[in-house]
Amino acid sequence: MTVSPLKVREEMLRRIHAHGVETYPHECCGALLGRDGDDTREVIDLVRLANRRDDSPRNRFEVTPDDVRLAEKTAGEKKLELIGWYHSHPDAPARPSEYDRDHAWPWYSYIIVSVQKGEPKDTTSWRLHDDRAGYDPEPVEIIVHTPSI
Amino acid sequence: MAVKVIIPTPLRVYAGKQESVEVQAKTVAEALAALTGTFGDLKKHLFSDDGRLRSFVNVYVNDEDIRYLQKDQTQVREGDTISIVPSIAGGSRI
Repeated sequence: MTVSPLKVREEMLRRIHAHGVETYPHECCGALLGRDGDDTREVIDLVRLANRRDDSPRNRFEVTPDDVRLAEKTAGEKKLELIGWYHSHPDAPARPSEYDRDHAWPWYSYIIVSVQKGEPKDTTSWRLHDDRAGYDPEPVEIIVHTPSI
Repeated sequence: MAVKVIIPTPLRVYAGKQESVEVQAKTVAEALAALTGTFGDLKKHLFSDDGRLRSFVNVYVNDEDIRYLQKDQTQVREGDTISIVPSIAGGSRI
């Protein structure tokens, strides 16, 4: 299946990378707020969230249902939708793991940033198949925002 | 009892694009069975192959987490609202 690109404002990508660097060597996580249309989906804002996995934060993250509700509420207040999630893979590729797949739902966009030795490298996004068997890569299109004069 | 089940946004496509569905049930288990009986494609996203609620799927009756009530045997009353809220989890290790 071909997935339309996920448009991400450059500033949001910078913020995701900064979050991944800040929490390295632990995983960071957060919510993607934006707009979902028939053919386009755009990340417009983020909600940084705490990784609640104290036992294994280097290779696991968890967002509690209360934090999910907070992200939904924040999206509503900003007249946006909660369209997905981001997290980092410290010193690991920006590809979803089996564990990621077991804990995912379709429709959401899942951005993964690989942080290698404290530096952000690859950034990818993924959408789970309807049958939960795997993911489709979702191309990330970076939107450079030029402020109007 | 008629109870309302709020469908989370990612799963609405499997529930006729509805934000909520009304079902007849006396317990949470009956409500979810009625829901997935009508909308079969929802089942695999809520339940694992062994029939148990997926570990990251949380269910609330009027904002009370059923884990702190009687789990899926929690009784529901006319007009109650059931919410399904995921925990988001993942990580780099397989």
